[in-house]
Amino acid sequence: MATVLDGIGQRTLTELDYVGSLNIQLWATLRAMVKSLPFVGNRHRWQASVRQMMEIGVEALPMVSLMAICSGFILAMQGASELRRFGALHYVIDLVAVGFTRELGPLLTAIAVSGRSGSAFAAEIGTMKVTEELDSLRVMAFEPVEFILAPKYLAALVSVPCLSIVSNVCGILAGGLFMFFSTHLSPIMYGRYVLTSIELRDVITGLIKSVAFATIIAHVGCLEGFRVRGGPDSVGRSTTSAVVKSTFLVIVADAVFTAIFYLTVKP
Amino acid sequence: MAIISVRDLVVEYDGRRVLDGLNLDIQQGETMVLLGGSGSGKSTLLRQIIGLERPKSGSVHVKGIDITRCSQAELKTVHRSIGVAFQSAALFNSLSVEDNVALTLREHTKLAPSIIELMVWMKLALVGLADFGKLRPQELSGGMKKRAAVARALALSPEILVLDEPSAGLDPIVAAELDELILLLKEAFQMTVVVVTHEMPSAFRIADRIAMLYKGTFRSIGTKEEIRASRDVRVRHFLDRIPENLTEAPATTAYFEKYLQSPEAN
Repeated sequence: MATVLDGIGQRTLTELDYVGSLNIQLWATLRAMVKSLPFVGNRHRWQASVRQMMEIGVEALPMVSLMAICSGFILAMQGASELRRFGALHYVIDLVAVGFTRELGPLLTAIAVSGRSGSAFAAEIGTMKVTEELDSLRVMAFEPVEFILAPKYLAALVSVPCLSIVSNVCGILAGGLFMFFSTHLSPIMYGRYVLTSIELRDVITGLIKSVAFATIIAHVGCLEGFRVRGGPDSVGRSTTSAVVKSTFLVIVADAVFTAIFYLTVKP
Repeated sequence: MAIISVRDLVVEYDGRRVLDGLNLDIQQGETMVLLGGSGSGKSTLLRQIIGLERPKSGSVHVKGIDITRCSQAELKTVHRSIGVAFQSAALFNSLSVEDNVALTLREHTKLAPSIIELMVWMKLALVGLADFGKLRPQELSGGMKKRAAVARALALSPEILVLDEPSAGLDPIVAAELDELILLLKEAFQMTVVVVTHEMPSAFRIADRIAMLYKGTFRSIGTKEEIRASRDVRVRHFLDRIPENLTEAPATTAYFEKYLQSPEAN
């Protein structure tokens, strides 16, 4: 019994240590991020941020778009197969439009970015640690949080919401294609229905979620990289851990945000 | 006054004492070689001297600033006067060799790009890599990487140059070339050079003074001649390449002796 309690206690302390480290890193990054901003910050950090935006955002566009199109079709088809029985096929439009704007767009984007960029952050920083590049940065009077993490975080904060919007558009377009082929609903009519079914609030809640997801992915990925100890095998473990932990935390955060938005909505 | 002064330095990792009350003064303009076997604590001492880790107790003064207790801003100021070439070279693989060298110049100075370009070329020419600036670190040989790391360490013309195992993993000719480069740099720029090594030919070629580490303590500190004449048993073992287990019963011998005396063996 004592061993079990000891194990639970140890695990709890480990998790609290992890959450604490994430918080410390987040605040340090927020302080350092001013130097990554255009005009007021350091030109080199801003350039690094733009390069990261290309890697996190632009290079992920085809993948995110394709995932959203496939998911849009799946959602529309699954919805239609049930709603058709009640003669409510037109509700497929609401399902796809609201489902994507509030939920699926940001979530699918976060999962894609977590797999692509979260793992890349962990691998890059972990390798830098193993090869003494982080030490090298420190003795060259650079702060790794400012030099490495802040540009990545800024880039994620810009790229993930943008990708979420693209994902929303692609998912809704896929729903439109389905409606066109199944009910011959014209794209213009579909567009009108979509605009009436979604509200500004849906878009904003989706964007708030995607900012939170970007924070989780960037910080978990980088923290896993900074926590690398030992050799190359440790880099592999941290990369896996970054994807697993960030995906898990994204889904937990999604549930929390959805609950908050659900409870605060006025019927 | 010593440019680097180590006082009563104690370093522990997970309760295991790695450095035990070290005292060392490194004078301005001298080449100090930290000599010692694997696991003797020389790289740990180096990490303390360059302010990468904080000790359990004791102090390290660099240019009069106690880097074990100073603020981050003061530490950054100290770091700008130290150039470090790590054992693994630690060049940034995402940048070309010339960008590696130019990094600190671009970030810490307001020099015009054309001046930075010229300075980078000069530093690379100094280490014999003027024609290799456009290459990526992974395209260089081991010796070239080490020289590129030295060029990067020299970028801001530091007062102190720190080299961690510069000849490790290099063939004797390349290692000797690197020794000559270190001597040339000291002669040309009157730098204080701190070198960590376990290569004795290299140590005796470049050193003004040698500090011999053994299991976290200094066994001997002195000039090359003083170290050569040392009567300390550990120093003699190291210099004469005598394995330790000739004077002490090795663990395996002790184990078998104990086993043969046990009832199980009889």
